[in-house]
Amino acid sequence: MSTSLSIKDLQVSIDDKLILKGLNLEVKPGEVHAIMGPNGSGKSTTAYALAGHPAYEVEGGEVWMDGVNLLELSPDERAQMGLFLCFQYPTAIPGISMANFLRTSYNAVKGEEGEDGKKKPIPIAEFRKKLLEKMDLLKMDKSFARRYLNEGFSGGEKKRAEILQMTLLEPKVAILDETDSGLDIDALKIVSEGVNSMLSPERAFIVITHYQRILDYIKPDYVHIMYNGQIILSGGPELALRLEDEGYDNILKSIPQNGNGGN
Amino acid sequence: MAATVDVNLDDYKYGFSVPENYAFKAEKGLSERIVKQISEMKNEPGWMTDFRLRGYKHFMERPMPQWGGQGMLNTINFDDIYYYIKPVGADKAFESWDDVPEDIKNTFDRLGIPEAEQKFLAGVGAQYESEVIYHSIIKDLEAKGVLFLDMDASLREHPEIVKEYFGTVIPPEDNKFAALNTSVWSGGSFIYVPPGVHIDLPLQAYFRINAQNMGQFERTLIIVDEGAYVHYVEGCTAPTYSTDSLHSAVVEIIVKENGRCRYSTIQNWSHNVYNLVTKRAQAYKNATMEWVDGNLGSKLTMKYPAVWLMEDGAHGEVLSIAFAGKGQVQDAGGKIVHAAPNTSSVITSKSISKGGGRTTYRGLIKVAPDATNSKSNVLCDALILDDESASDTFPYIEIENSNVSIGHEASVSKVSEEQLFYLMSRGIEEDTASNMIVSGFIEPIVKELPMEYALEMNRLIEMEMEGSVG
Ligand SMILES: Nc1ncnc2c1ncn2[C@@H]1O[C@H](COP(=O)(O)OP(=O)(O)OP(=O)(O)O)[C@@H](O)[C@H]1O
Ligand SMILES: [Mg+2]
Repeated sequence: MSTSLSIKDLQVSIDDKLILKGLNLEVKPGEVHAIMGPNGSGKSTTAYALAGHPAYEVEGGEVWMDGVNLLELSPDERAQMGLFLCFQYPTAIPGISMANFLRTSYNAVKGEEGEDGKKKPIPIAEFRKKLLEKMDLLKMDKSFARRYLNEGFSGGEKKRAEILQMTLLEPKVAILDETDSGLDIDALKIVSEGVNSMLSPERAFIVITHYQRILDYIKPDYVHIMYNGQIILSGGPELALRLEDEGYDNILKSIPQNGNGGN
Repeated sequence: MAATVDVNLDDYKYGFSVPENYAFKAEKGLSERIVKQISEMKNEPGWMTDFRLRGYKHFMERPMPQWGGQGMLNTINFDDIYYYIKPVGADKAFESWDDVPEDIKNTFDRLGIPEAEQKFLAGVGAQYESEVIYHSIIKDLEAKGVLFLDMDASLREHPEIVKEYFGTVIPPEDNKFAALNTSVWSGGSFIYVPPGVHIDLPLQAYFRINAQNMGQFERTLIIVDEGAYVHYVEGCTAPTYSTDSLHSAVVEIIVKENGRCRYSTIQNWSHNVYNLVTKRAQAYKNATMEWVDGNLGSKLTMKYPAVWLMEDGAHGEVLSIAFAGKGQVQDAGGKIVHAAPNTSSVITSKSISKGGGRTTYRGLIKVAPDATNSKSNVLCDALILDDESASDTFPYIEIENSNVSIGHEASVSKVSEEQLFYLMSRGIEEDTASNMIVSGFIEPIVKELPMEYALEMNRLIEMEMEGSVG
């Protein structure tokens, strides 16, 4: 089977400081990968680098998505290819309504190309219907559509709004960066259901989290542990449970090659 | 009629001009003789001629302001300007577009004025060079006693009202450019709204310069009687020339008890026009005056719409948007004078600078000794799109009463990398994304406009964002 995302020896720096030090990960369609790891180990850096944030300098390595060299694309092109990042800290943009933003984004990603090569926008009424359906699924109040993008949203509301975007854009590869943190128990369930409703043989998920809890809802096929800019241990769902029991320290000690600077 | 000549349509789509066809074109430069000649040609009463001469004297005597855009002001060659041009056929404003000379009608067609009139306006005035060429108002407003004429016609037809109010809000000696306007004024609108009459749709005036080195000096007087309401909208454009033109208007407004007036401007002059305008309103008991001021075009704009809160409970508001691109200076803001107790005011200013443009917020809040219990709030935000561009803030506050509440907040920001990245990570292209951020920035003001103008404003900003207009 082909790969959705193939990351080879990825090295990324911020402000000349090397953060990712040779990351390798293969993600196939239909798979759910969880990435866990201590604070500052480089999980969000991975997410940002994949999405193409300009502050994250790629120093080496390769990332392929559907046979395309992702690192050569701008962030909008990556999104148009079907990559989606649920931000750990979504940005607020005052003055732009959610509805307007979502429609612009939808047209950019999902708009079908007409004969003139330009993307045809979805009719407003049709989009509205779609949007309301998805909002309903995530139990979001209709009034959010009129509010300014992420402006004044509570932590949990922001996360829900991220998932809303994901359900609309139907990406091929979705990266969820700590989508579970800041969610109350009910919201975690609703959001997880939103994610699960999107599971499909064509779609892959990378779920970055600190807690086993979300993995009870969204069942991962693989669990990876990230440490000091690398994935140092991979396993099945049982690895997350082991981590919960033993903590990072013990797990790290049990890995023989760990401690030599993370080659 | 000759075909239109396109001068520069790259970015500024209003930069076209048509061949000159004039009944009278005063010689270049300003002199007492020209001032008298204009008054004579217009058959004005003696008091108006005297008024003009007062203005002329003051203009000649006053030094050039040494603030604002003084660097650019000092380069204006006042001898190289035509102070009065009367197009062929402009003896009086026509009430039907069919009667308007064809080349002028074509120009206004291209500007979309007749179409807008049909769709959403209660009345339209269209000025071309120095004269208003078209003027009309819907019939039932006329029946209610609403007057909406060009200023010259109002002086002919209602001399007593004009004499009572003209120059009372902005006297000829107010400032150098108000004086200039007083001396050579021509055209502009006159509006009288009788007590209790509420005009639902906006009245609009459109000012068009066509000739090179033109000076346009329209004069507007609006009287909103007790409990009445009007929304007046003005738009303006000019061809792009390599030499400079001058636009110096005076707008005087009186809003009587419980009345409300909203005055919206979408200023989109080509980038060779100096735009030096004096606008002031007096608001009486419990009256409301609102200026919505959008400045997108021109080389230099210096404009600070003012409200004098004359009596108890009056409210004044200035909403200002300025966009300065390459080579442009937008020196804009607002002035509020609290001259009575329990008065309130708000100034909201949003400016954007790009490609080396400069925006300045310049504002004054003045509270007189007896204006007890007055409130004022000023909010000015500047968005700077690149490192070449700049923005300044000069908020002046003069308070002579201790029992008042004055708030002031200012911010200067750049389009943030995080916002841009966030939008782009959702598939939105960079240009569209930065347009969205800019339109979000001005949205608090744009949402105050009727839908048609809000769309127009957003579209114009988008056009300005696309390129530095010639
Ligand atoms: N802009 C920046 N400048 C300097 N260092 C940075 C910057 N952004 C991230 N870092 C550093 O990079 C390292 C990895 O950060 P990253 O956000 O990827 O961690 P994380 O694994 O997502 O942690 P958490 O679990 O706390 O979210 C940290 O040491 C962090 O301080
Ligand atoms: Mg993180």
